Amino acid sequence: MISIDLIQKTAEILMDKAAIEIPDDYLTGLKAASAVEDGDLSSFVLKAMLENYEVAKQDRRAMCGDTGTPRWYIKMGNETQVEGGPIALEAALRRATANATNGVPLRPNRVHPLWRTDHDNNVGIGAPEIEYGYEPGGEWIDLITVHKGGLFGTDYRMLFPSDGIQGIKRFYLDSLISFGKRGLACQPAIIGIGLGGCKDTCMVLGKRAACLRTVGDRNSDPRIAELELELKELGNSIGMGAMGFVGKSMVIDAHIEVGYCHTGGMQMSVHAFCLSSRRAVARVFPDGRVEYRTDPDWFTDYQRRETVEWELPAVAAE
Amino acid sequence: MSPREIRLSTTPSPEALAELQLGDIVYLDGLMYTAREGVYKRALEDKANIPMELPAESATNFHCSPAARINADGTFTMGAVTATASFRFAKWLPEWLEKSGAKLVIGKGGMSSKDYKAYFVPNGAIYLSTVGYGTGALLGRGVESVEAVHWNEELGLAQAMWVIKCNRMGPFIVASDIEGRCLFERENERISQNLERIYEGTRPATLKRFGETDDKSDELIG
Ligand code: SF4
Repeated sequence: MISIDLIQKTAEILMDKAAIEIPDDYLTGLKAASAVEDGDLSSFVLKAMLENYEVAKQDRRAMCGDTGTPRWYIKMGNETQVEGGPIALEAALRRATANATNGVPLRPNRVHPLWRTDHDNNVGIGAPEIEYGYEPGGEWIDLITVHKGGLFGTDYRMLFPSDGIQGIKRFYLDSLISFGKRGLACQPAIIGIGLGGCKDTCMVLGKRAACLRTVGDRNSDPRIAELELELKELGNSIGMGAMGFVGKSMVIDAHIEVGYCHTGGMQMSVHAFCLSSRRAVARVFPDGRVEYRTDPDWFTDYQRRETVEWELPAVAAE
Repeated sequence: MSPREIRLSTTPSPEALAELQLGDIVYLDGLMYTAREGVYKRALEDKANIPMELPAESATNFHCSPAARINADGTFTMGAVTATASFRFAKWLPEWLEKSGAKLVIGKGGMSSKDYKAYFVPNGAIYLSTVGYGTGALLGRGVESVEAVHWNEELGLAQAMWVIKCNRMGPFIVASDIEGRCLFERENERISQNLERIYEGTRPATLKRFGETDDKSDELIG
């Protein structure tokens, strides 16, 4: 049984870490981009960003004043039990979100879409989102918070098999250029692409590809991995850099996730995880251990399984 | 070549403004206030009294909602400050500039040169863009103190009017000049020359959308 107090306490620490500490993989990616950027203004922007991440950590203040829309991805091993059950778990995550909004502080971004009611704590109807995943075997819970920013950089389109790879490239460029102008997407970004599924799952896949995979990670399908690299290169050849200034740093990495779709279609979504690519992760165990990390490690072989059955690992004899 | 760096007052003289060139980097000293759709609606549509002496106290309007809180003892804690996209406020800005006497509008993404020429130039105002746009922690360091917050009860913390005292707050980039030229349009024009080549071989979508433009050099704001 995992302690609910420990979950809430850990979740509050994660909210703080996500808002303040840029993950290492993105930082390394941005440094590499900054080293080759030769556009005057783009290069100035990247240097300012690198300084900004340092200042955020030194002052323990949020790296960006827009602290995005905090959300949770929760993953559990098959044997996991949480004290108080799923209802207590969701209450703890909502409390942690509200407390951290006031504590860090974060910007209370969440409002009612029509009445613009603001609870000043980032909690409301459907907020924060809480999504779940499970892994065969194990007794632990992974708490993953993502504070994705940006009203810009995301798009969906129903493509068809006849559109092919060249159609995918077209829509990818369209999305990057339209949201990259004037830097609305706060690029260079981690670009997540969802292919297939249904419209909703396509969006979910693309968002997870952007937010739950680290820079440098490749899809386990070698042909998809190759396409990821090709799209990264293509994005960086547009001639556009940070803030939409002349430059060559648009994409820190490109990640593709696929899901089986209707035989007639080829759904595609594009998501941009911005200059504040904020995510923080902790694994909590029943014995009270907490391990912090920044790699959500979401897309395991199990999450990408294609078969009807899945062989469960042998449970060690008691 | 690295860009020029300039220190500027938040109640700048016309001469200081005339000096600024597209792409200059600016750091600000003095008082600024945040105002976005909530404040504009309340001041311009509901005709509520603006709770500051404008532009005497400040001629700088920041399109921003800070990550901040009001403490139990009435003091303020301000963490990071980042701008929000300005083009959505074009509806209110002409009247606001006239009424508030703002000379510097700070935000994300800028406006079109059409906007600059139509109501920035006649009001002697220019547009400064934040950098990144995620340099919230850097800008937060430039906040010497929070002087006041107005209309937080009516509008919520994110839409409230925060009055900030800045000390070398920046960096900001000059995105329009006194004649209404637009930095982002200049950059878009240069980038557009490469677009035909980058699209070569790609395939237009089988199913079209309403209102779709295939002119990749088009501006999409406004
Ligand atoms: S898109 Fe990201 S970097 Fe840009 S303002 Fe929003 S949170 Fe900050």
